[in-house]
Amino acid sequence: MKYNSQKVAYWFFALSMLLLTLQIVYGFIMAFAHMGFDGLHEFIAFNTARAVHTNLLVVWILSGFMGAAYYIIPEEAEHELVNMKLAYAQLISLALVGVVAIIGYHFNYWEGRKFLEIPRPLDYLVVVNVLTFLGIIVTTLYKGKQRTTTSLVLTMGLVFAALLYLPGMIWFDNQTMDSFFRWWVVHLWVEGVWELIMGGILAFLLIKITGVDREVIEKWLYVIVGLTFISGILGTGHHYYYIGVGKTWLIVGGIFSALEPLAFLAMALFAVSMYRKGEKKHPNKIALSWTLGTAITSFVGAGLLGLAHTLPQVNMYTHGTLVTAMHGHLAFWGAYGMIVFAIISYTLPNLTGRKLYDSTTGLLAFWLSNIGMLGMTVAFGVAGVAQVYLERKMGMDFGDVQKEIQVHFVVLAICASMFATGIGFYIYEFIKYGRPSKEALQN
Amino acid sequence: MLSKSQARTFFLGGTIITFVVFLGLSWTSLTKEVPKRTHEENLSAEVIAGKHLWESNNCMGCHTILGEGAYYAPELTKVVERRGEGYMRAVLSSKEPWAPRGRKMVAHNFNEEEVGQLIEFFKWIGNVDLNGFPPKPDYKSTINSK
Repeated sequence: MKYNSQKVAYWFFALSMLLLTLQIVYGFIMAFAHMGFDGLHEFIAFNTARAVHTNLLVVWILSGFMGAAYYIIPEEAEHELVNMKLAYAQLISLALVGVVAIIGYHFNYWEGRKFLEIPRPLDYLVVVNVLTFLGIIVTTLYKGKQRTTTSLVLTMGLVFAALLYLPGMIWFDNQTMDSFFRWWVVHLWVEGVWELIMGGILAFLLIKITGVDREVIEKWLYVIVGLTFISGILGTGHHYYYIGVGKTWLIVGGIFSALEPLAFLAMALFAVSMYRKGEKKHPNKIALSWTLGTAITSFVGAGLLGLAHTLPQVNMYTHGTLVTAMHGHLAFWGAYGMIVFAIISYTLPNLTGRKLYDSTTGLLAFWLSNIGMLGMTVAFGVAGVAQVYLERKMGMDFGDVQKEIQVHFVVLAICASMFATGIGFYIYEFIKYGRPSKEALQN
Repeated sequence: MLSKSQARTFFLGGTIITFVVFLGLSWTSLTKEVPKRTHEENLSAEVIAGKHLWESNNCMGCHTILGEGAYYAPELTKVVERRGEGYMRAVLSSKEPWAPRGRKMVAHNFNEEEVGQLIEFFKWIGNVDLNGFPPKPDYKSTINSK
């Protein structure tokens, strides 16, 4: 690392890894419940496990993004973070809010709106927390020597993400209105501004790893985020087909959300072609695997599997079934899980000064987690498609269908074990690197 | 070949145009369509109290409504039509976990007033115009038909 304050990133990444571990535990609780083993029902009912699982996902990814920003911004702006102590305070408060929310979910303390379960009083703390984070990032950028496109796109993504949290905090009496604005947060995050953050991190990694000229990479970054917004903003319509708004959304949502894979395709082509074009071969092979991996897997998971059920004629049948869980898992993992893993793999040797490039554990982590997650996606897909035909086409009762598809959750759990083993290896490697050290400065 | 400033114009221009269109469409939907399609005049205090109960117990953590939520328990938008009030009263006021086919629901043990509010909420949402969702099963066997 070039700047001492970059080491703050390490602790955000550590928090990420901790929360991811917990997320996986709660995922297993749900998989077992789907198989019929719900011995924990009294203490951790399904709705608790579900809220914990999805909220931990959001928080560990955000923590990863924040860590990435704390590493990338000083390097891009050529300036130390303006206030390191405040950054640490922000980390601790983020962890505290997360922990309190998750404990609350075990005691029926929540808001009960998918992905936005955090109770209102804690929402305000989240706002303060994010404002602190943005304050540090934006001031550093402002005081810095230069403002690169990569750092601007990354910061823009983070600022918009914060702004878009607000519509989720408005109370509506009408469930349709509630749902309408909930998607302003959820959809415009994951199919909009989070892609800006992902694009920014990806551009930074490609500049560092491939050595391709910054001007070339940043030009394509603009094209990618342009495609993201052009398709993604009106693509919000694919959540408005069947919630009580008009038919215009069937057409607008159908057309624009069908274009959404283009942004991910562009991202995949961009990463692969920059890699092939690059003359510099960076020794950090693990970081390279995750960087190319995230670009390709996000195209498959978020792009293609999203396209598979985004047209209104298909979505009429798949809406609200396990087909959504199929797409959700590979999309979040490919686009956002893996980009966080990529930036961690790239930064760890720089933060700690230990160059454990190309280790067997690191490669095992990459392959096991990815093959495991692909297997999980297939299991969800088979269960979901069977559910669609039996329940929506043939009219079998929900419960009977769930009995029929139980077996697919055994496959899911086996694949999830493989995934978890991969993550285990990754975290083992993370711990083996040790803490950031002063000797790592000026690498 | 495309220059960096052209790429930036593409990004900014595309974003601004689509965002303005999105805001316009949203405005029309929320002011013209939603009041009519959701029968906003029927949003009584009871329905709203029902929505509160729906949220404060995180029903969406297992069920879906308007197709949104989790996939562990049945979709409830048309539950009044499908199950009827009597069945719903039994489920909602149950002191033991309701467990059809062994899959347990949290025993919410709602009192009579709360049960009434939830049923009003479900009646209201069952009447929202959802462009045909959830679809009616349309499978017919051809083996035994003449």
